[in-house]
Amino acid sequence: MLHIINKSPLSSGTLESCLRMNAAGDILLTEDAVYAATKGNVFEGKLREAMARCKVYVLQPDLEARGLADRLIEGVTSVDHGGFVDLTISNNACQSWL
Amino acid sequence: MSEGTVKKFMFVNRKAPHGTIYALESLEVVLITAAFDQDVSLVFADDGVYQLKKGQQTKGIETKNFSPTYRALEGYDIEKLYVEKESMEARGLSEEDLLVDVTVLSSAEMGKLMAEQDVVLSF
Amino acid sequence: MASIEVGGKSYETDEEGYLVNLAEWNADVANYIAKTESVEMTDQHWEVINFLREYFDEYQIAPAVRVLTKAIGKKLGAEKGNSEYLYGLFPYGPGKQACKIAGLPKPTGCV
Repeated sequence: MLHIINKSPLSSGTLESCLRMNAAGDILLTEDAVYAATKGNVFEGKLREAMARCKVYVLQPDLEARGLADRLIEGVTSVDHGGFVDLTISNNACQSWL
Repeated sequence: MSEGTVKKFMFVNRKAPHGTIYALESLEVVLITAAFDQDVSLVFADDGVYQLKKGQQTKGIETKNFSPTYRALEGYDIEKLYVEKESMEARGLSEEDLLVDVTVLSSAEMGKLMAEQDVVLSF
Repeated sequence: MASIEVGGKSYETDEEGYLVNLAEWNADVANYIAKTESVEMTDQHWEVINFLREYFDEYQIAPAVRVLTKAIGKKLGAEKGNSEYLYGLFPYGPGKQACKIAGLPKPTGCV
């Protein structure tokens, strides 16, 4: 299952809920959710914890738009729009968390 | 337009820049308000701090990159920019990461400044 | 959507005659729009147009007239940084008219 999150973890509980309910699966951070994958933010610890059991991806154009391409946490994989499509194909199902 | 009483206007920006339209809308209202010669303050707190991050590059998401416009505010005589320290630090950012000069205030100082305003507009 | 025809090429404009795609702008387009505005382009006009283009490039907005006037004064001297001079060049307003010729959007806050 691919979980797609698009909300900042510092202003919405969406990512936290997703991590709480899901022990495994792929997580793709898009739009404002990319802030979760940047070094030094207070959610970093929780994301790192999740990375021990889930594979975390981030949409590179969204990271660049926010001026944070050089702050990506190690171990998070950045993908372009093509990579996004690939993830939706390689996973049997997708859930876009709203 | 210089006649009349000058009021203290505060714009409180708490949303990240590109995921929603709030940041851009706020900026446009600020630029329009500048014509009325009021005492304008801009606050960046919570995810609003991200609006001022250097190096934003929106080509890949095909939207307008309005971040350079914050640097035009000085020319519009809007020079009171405040960032909440707690919000900035929670995001792993420091003053050097911001594209304009700001005054960093603690939550308590911010609250005090807020209480002094005549009009507060929240975005 | 409206458009203008310059040198055999069509350029999309909005209903008020502002160029839709900023990147398409060139001197011929500027001269054409100026003609429709009954503005005869001189070096003084170009100085303002080029200033506006540079301002937009740096800040991604067209400046309000007050801001433009001040900035021109700073860069080109006080004798040019005043509304008499700028309205002399662009009678319908340095904001509206000059921005249109410069291929920029209408200034934010220009009502």
